[in-house]
Amino acid sequence: MIAARTRFAPLQRLLHWLMAACILAMLFIGVGMVSTIAPKYLTLVSIHKPLGATILVLALVRLGARLRYGAPPLPADLPEPLKLGAHLSHYALYALMIAMPLIGWGMLSAADYPVVLYGGLHLPPILPHSASLHALLWSAHFYLAFLFFALILLHLAAALYHALVRRDGVFQSMASASLD
Amino acid sequence: MPSARSGLAPFVVIAVIVGAAGVAFAYTAGWFSPQRLTPERLVASLAPAKGPALGYRRNHAKGVCFTGQFEANGAGAELSKAAVFKAGRYPALGRFNLGSPDPDAPDSTVRTRGIGLRIATPDGQQWRTAMIDLPFFPVATPQAFYELQLAQKSKDPEAMKRFAAAHPEIAAFGAWAGSAPFTTSYAQDRFNSLNSFIFTDRSGDDHPVRWSLIPAAQPMPVSAEELAKLGPNHLEQEIAERVQGAPQRWTLAVTLANPGDPTADPSKAWPGDRRTIEVGVLTVQQVEADRDGPCRDITFDPTVLPPGIRTSDDPFPAARSSAYAKSYDSRTAETRYFPRTAGARP
Repeated sequence: MIAARTRFAPLQRLLHWLMAACILAMLFIGVGMVSTIAPKYLTLVSIHKPLGATILVLALVRLGARLRYGAPPLPADLPEPLKLGAHLSHYALYALMIAMPLIGWGMLSAADYPVVLYGGLHLPPILPHSASLHALLWSAHFYLAFLFFALILLHLAAALYHALVRRDGVFQSMASASLD
Repeated sequence: MPSARSGLAPFVVIAVIVGAAGVAFAYTAGWFSPQRLTPERLVASLAPAKGPALGYRRNHAKGVCFTGQFEANGAGAELSKAAVFKAGRYPALGRFNLGSPDPDAPDSTVRTRGIGLRIATPDGQQWRTAMIDLPFFPVATPQAFYELQLAQKSKDPEAMKRFAAAHPEIAAFGAWAGSAPFTTSYAQDRFNSLNSFIFTDRSGDDHPVRWSLIPAAQPMPVSAEELAKLGPNHLEQEIAERVQGAPQRWTLAVTLANPGDPTADPSKAWPGDRRTIEVGVLTVQQVEADRDGPCRDITFDPTVLPPGIRTSDDPFPAARSSAYAKSYDSRTAETRYFPRTAGARP
């Protein structure tokens, strides 16, 4: 009999914490940049775009890692509603990690803005130039950003609940620094 | 079995950590900063008393689109490595406009005229610029521009006096607006970047610059009354007819700052003796109605720049970029109020 894994694979843990930093930075940069007309607006926008592209690439690698390595099972005594919540919120987090950069990219494409990564390095448009498409994607990008942040707060609260209240090893399954 | 810890303490810790993250986010978003000048507030300050014209640009709402080309003579390559300055012809798209948030403003009632321009080069880069016909900007900072909008719309008769006392640079604009003649055609107008940008040449040296479009057509100075007699929409009708008769040209002239010239303040014109280089000619070949033309669903964001041109310490391009984006986000959600004419391409 093989003992169930108690930790995520090292690659998964690395990606999780790297992406946690990237996504939190991204969300703060996003709400910060759309609320100022100061020169830092341009600086923030110039970080937002390449960071979004980076998150998209990392998210796809991470999805591959998840499909390859799976996840340690949740504690058997975790109440069913919490298990369901854990599963659904993780589907939503993966969906947002992948969808938000694509929506932003599509939104700039629909506005016929160049999608500048760095200097003269551009991404090609992924959607046709269309005002109505832009309006739809802009709204999606805006409202989903707040949903994303709310989900991250919920995720943080749940992680701390596992770490401080239940002490059931769920937090350690992602927080461990061991290489196996 | 996991050991469950009793007591409230861990829940308090969780609430504090999650709450702090939420508060930090709200602070960054400006929810605790009603004084922060956001693009929403700046754009809202431009709206006329009856509210913004839905579906239109929130400023420079009245205009007419054109297509044409920019022919670079190669002289600009000395100052900037941007492909647009290599000798050659590049497609151009632009829009003549009036500096008013009202798309129905009669031509003679608007003191400021502008041109938006986008030049594309084969390397996939774009240069977007939006220029106006004033010789200098009315105010020194975006904050002052915002306060000017509030003062002009204020019911307090002292508001403009207080504004002028705090921003004395507005007096020069007042003198210009009261004395400079109008012209009878967009083709006769000179348009100026006013904002300063940095050109970077092939060896990596920076050159602070401003630029202007100088018309080939001879200006015909007229008073506001004389312009009014030509009709409320004379300018867009006239430019369409004129371009149909013959393409219209402007020379693009780049002016270099001397050391110490103010680059951060567009209300301060540089002395007239500064070295100026003619880098090419803009030719307007076809005029299209704003409603159905290719200008309608883009912005002339002055921070869309090719490598070789970048923003300077002038705070306006950033403010304009964020405000143009806000205006664009609003108007693209309002296309039903400014529909294309039946049969026009989408």
